[in-house]
Amino acid sequence: MNKKQKRMLARIVIAAAMLVVWNVIPIAGALRLICYLIDYLVIGYDILKKAGKGIWNRRVFDENFLMAVATVGAFALALYSGSGDYNEAIAVMLFYQVGELFQSYAVGKSRKNISALMDIRPDYANMEQNGKLVKVDPDEVEIGSVIVVKPGEKIPLDGVITEGNSSLNTSALTGESLPRDAKAGDSVISGCINMTGVLKVQTTKEFGESTVSKILELVENSSSRKSKSEDFISKFARVYTPAVCYSALALAFLPPLIQMAAGNPAQWSVWIYRALTFLVISCPCALVISIPLSFFAGIGGASKEGILIKGSNYMETLSQAKYVVFDKTGTLTQGVFEVSGVHHNEMENAKLLEYAALAESASSHPISKSLQKAYGGQIDLSRVGDVEEIAGYGIKAQVDGRTIAIGNSKLMKELGIEYYDCHSVGTIVHIAVDGEYAGHIVISDIVKPHSKAAVAELKRAGVEKTVMLTGDAKRVAEQVAGSLGIDEVYSELLPADKVAKVEELLSAKQEKAKLAFVGDGINDAPVLTRADIGIAMGAMGSDAAIEAADVVLMDDDPMQIPKAVKISRKCIRIVYQNISFALVVKFGCLILGAMGIANMWYAIFADVGVMILAVLNAIRALRVHGLGEKQ
Amino acid sequence: MKKTYKIEVDCANCANLMEDAARKTSGVASAVVNFMTQKMTVEFVDGQEPKAVMQKVLRACKKVEPDCEIVL
Repeated sequence: MNKKQKRMLARIVIAAAMLVVWNVIPIAGALRLICYLIDYLVIGYDILKKAGKGIWNRRVFDENFLMAVATVGAFALALYSGSGDYNEAIAVMLFYQVGELFQSYAVGKSRKNISALMDIRPDYANMEQNGKLVKVDPDEVEIGSVIVVKPGEKIPLDGVITEGNSSLNTSALTGESLPRDAKAGDSVISGCINMTGVLKVQTTKEFGESTVSKILELVENSSSRKSKSEDFISKFARVYTPAVCYSALALAFLPPLIQMAAGNPAQWSVWIYRALTFLVISCPCALVISIPLSFFAGIGGASKEGILIKGSNYMETLSQAKYVVFDKTGTLTQGVFEVSGVHHNEMENAKLLEYAALAESASSHPISKSLQKAYGGQIDLSRVGDVEEIAGYGIKAQVDGRTIAIGNSKLMKELGIEYYDCHSVGTIVHIAVDGEYAGHIVISDIVKPHSKAAVAELKRAGVEKTVMLTGDAKRVAEQVAGSLGIDEVYSELLPADKVAKVEELLSAKQEKAKLAFVGDGINDAPVLTRADIGIAMGAMGSDAAIEAADVVLMDDDPMQIPKAVKISRKCIRIVYQNISFALVVKFGCLILGAMGIANMWYAIFADVGVMILAVLNAIRALRVHGLGEKQ
Repeated sequence: MKKTYKIEVDCANCANLMEDAARKTSGVASAVVNFMTQKMTVEFVDGQEPKAVMQKVLRACKKVEPDCEIVL
């Protein structure tokens, strides 16, 4: 509790004690009034002051005003009727303050919890200066400096290991508990915890550009992007409070006036009491506080699991996802290709692979990487020249003075070279040397171990259709899709075709069903932006993906996709529960209050009780840990 | 230009009111108040001095919510 809260607690205790004492000892007349008045002022002076200021600043209809009018009114009524029962006014104020205190405490507490969850910010970096280790502010470390990370410390900046072996705990970033091995030459990202050995890391980014800063910025900004439910609530509150005040005014004056006109007794005090009850019930706090809190808790819980959701609006959209479109490579498959065969070649396998690796040396495509790996030797870039990359077809290059064309069958057709089809399933890379067909290399991709389970789990979570898009050959695509249980496949797509395909799917579906696209963030940024919601996988270190996507999965395990959907559904469910619960209770009590059935005690429950329950319910959104597991 | 300030505010509705008040202040292009992280991000109109504008924002906020605080 902070100072303000402690003071409030003291006031509540004193006021409650006074109330009990005044009720036990027999006092009457003016003394009684003064005693109760003191008690009232102890508990409610700040509310009265705020209400006064509100009127002064011409902002009349807020909750302070509601409470002030209701309690002053109750006091006046007790005085007027001569009953001397001032308990009600004080009790209402007391409960209201208890509610406010609880709210500020609960919200402050959960805010701290959530911030602690996301506390991945490193406080310092160790740098070697004159043979001694000095702790410096990570902000001051320049690119290319060497920092030392001891076991148990967080890696403060992104970089490459120059010395040392260790295993890294990435769970703060990915939610994955299995440690990752790291050795000299590996790149590491900030936010991981170094577990076993001392590492020397040469930094490759400034602190502001490092992964950890990006993630923190993203999560902190996420609750600024407001969802439709939140917008609804702010708009609702704006209309609601004045509307309630005018209704209360009408309730206080209209029925007595009508009664008077009809020649009956006016019953002023009855109707004014009802109007005051009405005012107490009406405070919109439960709604206004619990909705953003639910979203914040949901986003916080998800980021603990390695799922970054960039805003409440995306949380809402994700929960409505009915179509999930996958990119194949790097998403459902590992994107780690291996050369599994070399066919129809006249020159030696090794020679063909060498040409292929050299021609592809400039490309960062996973296929090129696998060719380079299969070749195994050092790539001498001086042997390669005139590289021309034809997107969706392949590459033409000069190697050792010979013209090498390497790519898919479309490239061979384009160049008018006769080629042989392959019977094996996999990606076929045809090679032509000096315009002559030289054979092809079969490369196959490995399906990720959890892909199949993830697709099944998505279906169970309520996704209607799964679609796979790939630039790969039809046969490979169908074989992969078949083994994973994917509903629809579109193959042999160029990057631009993927956007077109997603647009086609978007226009075919109903407005309410949302389409999610899952990609690895490499070369599918346009599709990520185009879909209703873009999910980037395995974003550790890929800035482009973090920028383009709405939801970022830090890990590249496909099981994270159904987990993300489930977290969003749970969060939205809680939001709707709170909205409907608060509205039903409020309107129910408002009607009862207007009819005179509910008194101020009901009223204070409708206000404070609902708010407390809604806040507790909202905090439930934080608990999302078990959601990913199969049920 | 965009700047982020730390704020202290107790209730979510008050945070919304502060956001409204800040947006209506002259010299402010847009403002977002994040109740959960207790931060206010203000985008200033070009050529405006943030310090002077923030004084006005603070006054406007104090008017709608006397309990609030902006750390300038």
